Amino acid sequence: MDFEDTPEEASFRSEARAFLDAYAKRKTPGASFETPDSVDELVTAAKAWQAKKAAAGFVGITLPKEYGGRGGTMMERVVYDQEEANYITPIGVYEIGLGMCIPTMLAYATEEQKQRFAPPALRGEEIWCQLFSEPQAGSDLANLRLRAEQDGDDWILNGQKIWTSGAHFCDYGVIVTRSDPSLPKHKGLTYFFLDMKSPGIECRPIHQISGASNFNEVFFTDVRVPDSQRLGKVGDGWRVSLTTLMNERLAIGERPPPAFEEVFQLAKEIELEDGMALEDGGVREKLADWYVDGRGVTLTRFRSLTALSRGQDPGPENSIGKAITGKMRQDIASFGMDLMDISGAISDADNAPMRSLFQDALLSAPSGRIAGGSDEILRNIIAERVLGLPQDIRVDKGIPFSELVKKEKA
Amino acid sequence: MNFDFSEEQNLLREQARRFLDDSAKGKARMILEGDAPFDCELWQGMAELGWMGTVIPEEFGGVGLKHEDLCVLAEEIGRSLAPTPFSSSVYLATEAILVAGSEDQRADYLPQLAAGEIVGCFAFGEGLKKPNAESISATFANGKLSGIKHPVADGDVADFAVVLARTPGGDPLLVLTSLDGALSEPMETVDPSRSYAKLTFDGTPAEPLVAVDNGWDLTERVLDRAAILMAFEQLGGAQKCLELATDYAKNRFAFGRPIGSFQAIKHKLADVYIATELARSHAYYGAWALTSDAPDLPIAAAAARVAGSRAYYLASSENIQTHGGMGFTWELDCHLYYRRAKLLNLSLGGERRWKEKLIARLENRNVAA
Repeated sequence: MDFEDTPEEASFRSEARAFLDAYAKRKTPGASFETPDSVDELVTAAKAWQAKKAAAGFVGITLPKEYGGRGGTMMERVVYDQEEANYITPIGVYEIGLGMCIPTMLAYATEEQKQRFAPPALRGEEIWCQLFSEPQAGSDLANLRLRAEQDGDDWILNGQKIWTSGAHFCDYGVIVTRSDPSLPKHKGLTYFFLDMKSPGIECRPIHQISGASNFNEVFFTDVRVPDSQRLGKVGDGWRVSLTTLMNERLAIGERPPPAFEEVFQLAKEIELEDGMALEDGGVREKLADWYVDGRGVTLTRFRSLTALSRGQDPGPENSIGKAITGKMRQDIASFGMDLMDISGAISDADNAPMRSLFQDALLSAPSGRIAGGSDEILRNIIAERVLGLPQDIRVDKGIPFSELVKKEKA
Repeated sequence: MNFDFSEEQNLLREQARRFLDDSAKGKARMILEGDAPFDCELWQGMAELGWMGTVIPEEFGGVGLKHEDLCVLAEEIGRSLAPTPFSSSVYLATEAILVAGSEDQRADYLPQLAAGEIVGCFAFGEGLKKPNAESISATFANGKLSGIKHPVADGDVADFAVVLARTPGGDPLLVLTSLDGALSEPMETVDPSRSYAKLTFDGTPAEPLVAVDNGWDLTERVLDRAAILMAFEQLGGAQKCLELATDYAKNRFAFGRPIGSFQAIKHKLADVYIATELARSHAYYGAWALTSDAPDLPIAAAAARVAGSRAYYLASSENIQTHGGMGFTWELDCHLYYRRAKLLNLSLGGERRWKEKLIARLENRNVAA
């Protein structure tokens, strides 16, 4: 065993580091990218950074060169991400588009479409979003009902999507729709890409419990999409969606604070009834548990990277990080506030320790346990795909979707 | 990044599993229900394969492999519930001599240990007393050892012991002593498939392990090394419990369907899987730290110990729960793992103590950094 880069990885790493040193600022403890208040500012900053990366050849690392990618390995992508994580750069704007939408385009679009759409997306000039979830279709995505009806060479879309990150500033999107409700739920779906500026699309930001608005509701009223923008066959939308979601699992990476390090630091700074919090046995026991869980996830990731480095697919152990770190972050936020006692409720950054990191996290952490596969769905996936336990009884199996909708209403 | 065992090590694992599937099958129950303290035949078989000498240098009759290789064997031993004094003799007594034995002591003990001809044990506890440098009451003076040590894993079957004692000046130290001159009384434990004893020394001849100055630091070093090896036994046991529970959940029907199709069972077993994989990752890191003698070995050892203890207890208790009423019978093997899990989790000091060590070591690292 060792934790060394291969010679190729080491040379790629120093190349990435040289680029980042030249164009970005290294993170210092406690400092990270401060998300600007206005979305426009964020998008402007993200576009400028993406253009620099593209010029240096660090975008679409695993995507083919003929579409503007680097034609590199998964391992190189990981090495680059590891390095960029040490610098202050705008994050979040391109993750879904480049991590999920463009790989789906490359798998299903025509040659002409790939040439037209992939390079500007990689250069950051056009931003993409993913329109999957609906009010009635979250964990059970195939329960979606946004309707697509064929009209000559076009399709007409009516209905609603929800939880779409960045829909309000995106240029294009991928969408899965219900094209035939008379078929069972997984069969009557069809997948498209579309221009987000099309007439009939309306985005409304969702006000989250944290006060932020990272997601949108997107309403479709008679939105026309040419049949030439269909990805995959009519009725094959579920399979195309799985291509997109498979990329989601690889895309999930860094974990936002507070984690062990921050609560450990807090325990050194807070005084309890009889000494510093870090001297308290109860506090120490909780800290130990969080260290073991957090470090365990990091080490488990090293095992996945080993598989990648050998050119293999990462194993199912890759899914356990997301399955536990969401709840851990929520628990750490709550416990940190408890250490602050009465003052734990105070959330203004000038008065709360670490600029109200723990208070902010309390209100944003719930989304980490739900978005991109809930804690419960991830446990189902582990049980069924890793342990091979039988599927739950499916009461919706083989039944036409239109019948299921009637049942739900009854 | 190469954070996995090698091809050769995986072959060693396959060979070990084949041997144990055959030779250790049913043996934990046999020892649990019988009078023998351990399975001599199995011990002989392990000796013939050279397992006790895995990390002992070839000049002392060992195989001269790396600790990573010994970790592979430990995981398989844990999985098989092998009722032998392997952990006491190999992870503790042998490691103590390798770390701090003089040239003479190494030449005296290692060849016999490698061949499995003698069994060693590690006597550090003294009942419910707090285990620290100040609380030891066993004494060593003028080559004589006196005091009572208990509980001592394999103290009734070992030929010699590595004993934690104090000098008349109060300094802790580890001494080697033959058990011929000591009184050994078996003690009853929650897992009778492994044996424990109370050892009484009364002016018993002994000699100190001196190659490491500070006796308390040495004790911690030996315990850390054993903790990593033990983490692999715990991992092997936890993994086996997960497999048994999963298998049962696929085949046991209730309410017209396999119980494994219910989310209550699925999520429980997914949590056991997660705990076991975290324990695996920590154990692997421990294996690397032990093999490369990394500076953060003490932190790696404490984390591996905590993760291993948590996983084995969770997996063995939820294995019983998944088996329902049958899991609670003497007849099924579920209780053998449950007993062993708790015994191993306590053997080098319990989970609480290792969590305390972990945080203390992280504090020190922070101060040093």
